[in-house]
Amino acid sequence: MVRRLSFLGVIARVFMWAFLLGLAVVVLYPLLWMALNGFKSNAELFGNPFALPVDWSFANYQKAWNRGVSDYLTTSVLVTVTSTIVTVFVSAWAAYGLTRVAIPFNKAITALILGGLMLAPTVALVPLVKMFQAMGLYNSFWALLILYTAFRVPFTTFLIRAYMIDLPREVDEAAEMDGAGRWTAFWRIILPMSKPIITSTVLLHVLFAWNEYLFAMVFTSGSGVQTLPVGLTSLMSKHGTDYPVVFAGMVIAAVPVVLLFFFGQRYIVKGLADGIGK
Amino acid sequence: MRAIVQRTLGLAWVVPALVLVGVFVYLPLVQNFGFSTLKWDIYSGDQEYVGLDNYAKLLDDPIFWSSFGNNLLYAVISIVFQVFGALLLAALIESIRSDRWRRSLRAIYFLPSAISLTVAGLLFYFIYEPNLGPLNHALEAVGLGLVDQSWLGQESTAMLAIIAMSQWQGFGYSTLLFAVAIQRIPAELYGAAAIDGTGPIRRFVHVTVPLVREMTGLMTMVTISGAFQVFNEVMVMTSGGPNNSTQVMGTWLYRSGFVRNNFGYAAAIATVIFVITLGVAMAQLWVTRRRRVEW
Repeated sequence: MVRRLSFLGVIARVFMWAFLLGLAVVVLYPLLWMALNGFKSNAELFGNPFALPVDWSFANYQKAWNRGVSDYLTTSVLVTVTSTIVTVFVSAWAAYGLTRVAIPFNKAITALILGGLMLAPTVALVPLVKMFQAMGLYNSFWALLILYTAFRVPFTTFLIRAYMIDLPREVDEAAEMDGAGRWTAFWRIILPMSKPIITSTVLLHVLFAWNEYLFAMVFTSGSGVQTLPVGLTSLMSKHGTDYPVVFAGMVIAAVPVVLLFFFGQRYIVKGLADGIGK
Repeated sequence: MRAIVQRTLGLAWVVPALVLVGVFVYLPLVQNFGFSTLKWDIYSGDQEYVGLDNYAKLLDDPIFWSSFGNNLLYAVISIVFQVFGALLLAALIESIRSDRWRRSLRAIYFLPSAISLTVAGLLFYFIYEPNLGPLNHALEAVGLGLVDQSWLGQESTAMLAIIAMSQWQGFGYSTLLFAVAIQRIPAELYGAAAIDGTGPIRRFVHVTVPLVREMTGLMTMVTISGAFQVFNEVMVMTSGGPNNSTQVMGTWLYRSGFVRNNFGYAAAIATVIFVITLGVAMAQLWVTRRRRVEW
């Protein structure tokens, strides 16, 4: 097909590219600025906030690390890893039951689990605090693990269920012919077949758990149980004048999820598309 | 008989999910209504039943109303940028021929959505900072030095500054979802439009917009619902200040309960958030159901 560009078409194209690239700069510049400031001294930051760092010192990273970031990072990793495993497993387990096992009240149960999607965490905040205090789990790792799991099971089940519905029935029949029980069919056949959606939901949950703030802020106060997002704000208030250290902490918090996004982008997009596109 | 037992055993698959969601999502929701009728000091444990007093107080609370207004402002601006802006942007991106550019731009725009609102909030706290921040310097550089100000320190600009940060952080996510929806449109439809000699603007209006309708509806609801749950960005950047001008319902709830030790009142605010988000969710279900029937 021969494409002829009119004069107007060329102008429109130039404007479009100028807009798209301009927007890319607006998006990237703040992130770049943040990354660069992590390498500057305080005097340098205030003297010349836009220049490149003079000697690229890692001192701020070291300071941030020693002033609590290592603890926050450990907690974040622990909460993220455990809640991801539990959430995705419970959700896959439920999705399997809802799509492949004849269970009573299937529709009502589906509605109940997925209905959790609509409820805002802020609404449950006050009763949850009371509940966790009563259970003696307030200000503990367990509070975050339980809350991250409970509040993300609806969304995760929603995505995995949408995927499992489309897996052919013949697979289950073949498994039954071979005398496999439900558990074997789930573990050996359906779960491996659902690998793409499992990958997507793992990545989405990691992004969520790593970045979550409301629960982390309300349910943890002591050091040793704070995650990075909460830790960063306390780093900010404790060392409010030593901004480069805060910048270094921010970079430490941002880098893992940015990398994760770059390598897992395909799965994140696909998972959202498969679930929400329906 | 055996069949019934089998079916009942099948419940084991959904019990873990049901218990988690039931105990930690639904139960607190119900308890919240009860709590909202109490005058409740959490430290001394004193509780007193006050009926609907908390709700009556809410109606007379100017800060509650300005919080509500801020949530509303959040919703309106977010719809402009994250629904209409994102749809236009996604259409622009998808019209690019080069696969590499398409993918790179989508990824760049999404990048801020991957980092936490806390990091983004702190970052913009610095960007808005009058002496250090690039925003004032940039304005000076283009000769707009007069509008220099402490963006987060003034009642007139603080809320808009927070909302602007939130658009920067979130628009890539909705653009990505719209891009996915546009990719689903069968190529023949665009081919037919091209043969008819329609230009890109008409193609957008007559093919793209109607065919991503469902995604537009979904994004509108998600955006409104999200705007009434805002918490993190305000907490990190201003904690509701200066002079409560950036208070939103979420932060006012937090402040009422956890700072001013008035948990019944906080629960009443939670009820309002619940009613609004539930209403939006119901509207969403109603709209999608009606569309299904149409097809």
